[in-house]
Amino acid sequence: MRSNKLILGLLALCAAGAAFAAGADLGNTTKQATNWTAIVMFAIFVGGTLFITKWAASKTKSAADFYTAGGGITGFQNGLAIAGDYMSAASFLGISGLVFANGFDGLIFSIGWLVGWPIITFLMAERLRNLGMYTFADVAGYRFAQTPIRTFAATGSLVVVAFYMIAQMVGAGQLIKVLFGLEYTVAVVIVGVIMMMYVLFGGMTATTWVQIIKAVMLLCGATFMALAVLLQFGFNPEALFAKAVEVHSKHDAIMSPGALIKDPISAISVGMALMFGTAGLPHILQRFFTVPSAKEARKSVGWATTWIGYFYILTFIIGFGAIVNLTAAPETYYVGGELAKGLKGGGNMAAVHLANAVGGDLFLGFISAVAFATILAVVAGLTLSGASAVSHDLYATVIKKGQADSASELRVSKITTLCLGALAVVLGIAFEKQNVAFMVMLAFAIACSANFPVLFMSVLWKNCTTKGAVTGGFVGLFLSVGLTVVSPAVWEATLGNPKGSAWFQYSSPAIFSMTAAFFTIWLVSILDNSEQAKKERALFPAQHARSETGMGAAVSGGH
Amino acid sequence: MQDINEKIQANPKFQKFVSMRNGYSIIMTVLMIVVYFGYILLIAFNKEWLATKLVPAVTQVTSNPETGEAITTIISAGTATSYGIPLGVGVIVFTILLTNIYVRRANTEFDTINAEIIKEAQQ
Repeated sequence: MRSNKLILGLLALCAAGAAFAAGADLGNTTKQATNWTAIVMFAIFVGGTLFITKWAASKTKSAADFYTAGGGITGFQNGLAIAGDYMSAASFLGISGLVFANGFDGLIFSIGWLVGWPIITFLMAERLRNLGMYTFADVAGYRFAQTPIRTFAATGSLVVVAFYMIAQMVGAGQLIKVLFGLEYTVAVVIVGVIMMMYVLFGGMTATTWVQIIKAVMLLCGATFMALAVLLQFGFNPEALFAKAVEVHSKHDAIMSPGALIKDPISAISVGMALMFGTAGLPHILQRFFTVPSAKEARKSVGWATTWIGYFYILTFIIGFGAIVNLTAAPETYYVGGELAKGLKGGGNMAAVHLANAVGGDLFLGFISAVAFATILAVVAGLTLSGASAVSHDLYATVIKKGQADSASELRVSKITTLCLGALAVVLGIAFEKQNVAFMVMLAFAIACSANFPVLFMSVLWKNCTTKGAVTGGFVGLFLSVGLTVVSPAVWEATLGNPKGSAWFQYSSPAIFSMTAAFFTIWLVSILDNSEQAKKERALFPAQHARSETGMGAAVSGGH
Repeated sequence: MQDINEKIQANPKFQKFVSMRNGYSIIMTVLMIVVYFGYILLIAFNKEWLATKLVPAVTQVTSNPETGEAITTIISAGTATSYGIPLGVGVIVFTILLTNIYVRRANTEFDTINAEIIKEAQQ
């Protein structure tokens, strides 16, 4: 414990030191005052959250504490934490940037990111809580042969986490480079180190509180910006839109759908990936095990949906506010003071520049710090779920056949956290110059084609067997990755093949890979007449009674 | 625990409760799918309609009595806001409402029946 504290202190000093040193070095090339405000605010955030981590560390004694904060989070807290886990910097800066550039199209995007939540609410939330303990594999593998289903679930989790993580790390490096004037590599290392400290020492308790604090900061900051924008127009959205149409280079086109949806198949496919992929993201699913009951699980998702939906409405207003405010002062916000040359720091900076326009340097610093904090909260959640998949599914269940004690399971999860953190930094640096935009969509495609069908069928279909679930899950996994590799985003943009040579032209593989996964699970299951399959089907009624009523569900993660 | 679980399975009330609640979940899920994919398909197939202004601008074309040139006079400007915007924000609000309606009903009405079933099994 004592050595833990010492390491914690040292790491905090290193991180803070690096931030300050780099900020000072590069202060000459960018606006010094703003950078310092941002860095000081971020240092306060990190200081505060590390203090919480220290407190959380004293409460993280068992594997249950590490995975699920001992199951003692309330529905309201968990709802905020889920929102904090889900509202990434990409959705804040990316969607407001998209609205700034194209208007209406940004709205289509934000709706897509929201519609997965009702599906989780209606079909998954309480069943997850009633059947599971630490990871979604507990639920999917409730009545199945443990080794194959856990191997599949851990693979599915780690692949989703890896792609999501690379996108976050690369985004973090680029963003922090612009916001704070830090070197890309330094930024990625800082994110990696601080995130590892949260997870390593504070486990799920620290991760949850980091996500809650970040969610509150982000919601407050975005609310302030949206109100400031609406105030300029007397709270009349029509006046805001009319002014935006007048000053935007695309004029009336920003009020109608543009090029985002190209063909109906792509539109449905992307929609499916977003709608059902959310219900297959391991770091989101794990959050449902941190609450004590199905009732709290439902409350969590009710609050999460409310906050996330509210936030997307704000980003839409913020995007339009940026159109009006930033074009009014091109000398401050545009490269060379010319509208045609685009925003300083790129299109994703619309919300950040708007923060400066409506709240000055201090608020700009706050929003920059929030963006940094946002990345930390998301990567901490991802790392935790990756570590849980390795220690709980692979180590404790597959390797130790369920005989691992809590202490050794906890040790393995901490070692895994270190490895995943290091890997995240290495991958973040390796992918610096790559186009990673497709990776988040890929993570959603895999989640909806591999994790979701297995989870759904194992819980709701009585005839589902291990063989069916595992085969179907892997079919979905390989198909979603495979089709993405031969799509233009990877085949042409990343692998450098000539334009038009990619043979899968749709925006997402989900419509094919998810259908294939469900079909395979069904086909293999009905053809499976083994003794094991009979045993598994016989176990369904008991699983069903528990998943529907919660009778016998794990209470407070083993306390 | 085994015993309680079997009692729950055998209780006809449980079977009825589950099919009622699942029916409700399925209706809600289908509603969400219809609304979301309906909106997406509307974008894919009818961009023009979504771009239509809430209040269209009214113009009057007259001809100059001397030269015969057409003169367009704007009588009212109409709105910048198109159908697509309130509809899109409406989908977000609908999503939030639908989710919370389900949560409220499940946490009160359904949970009460659920507790009764568990209590009966424990007796």
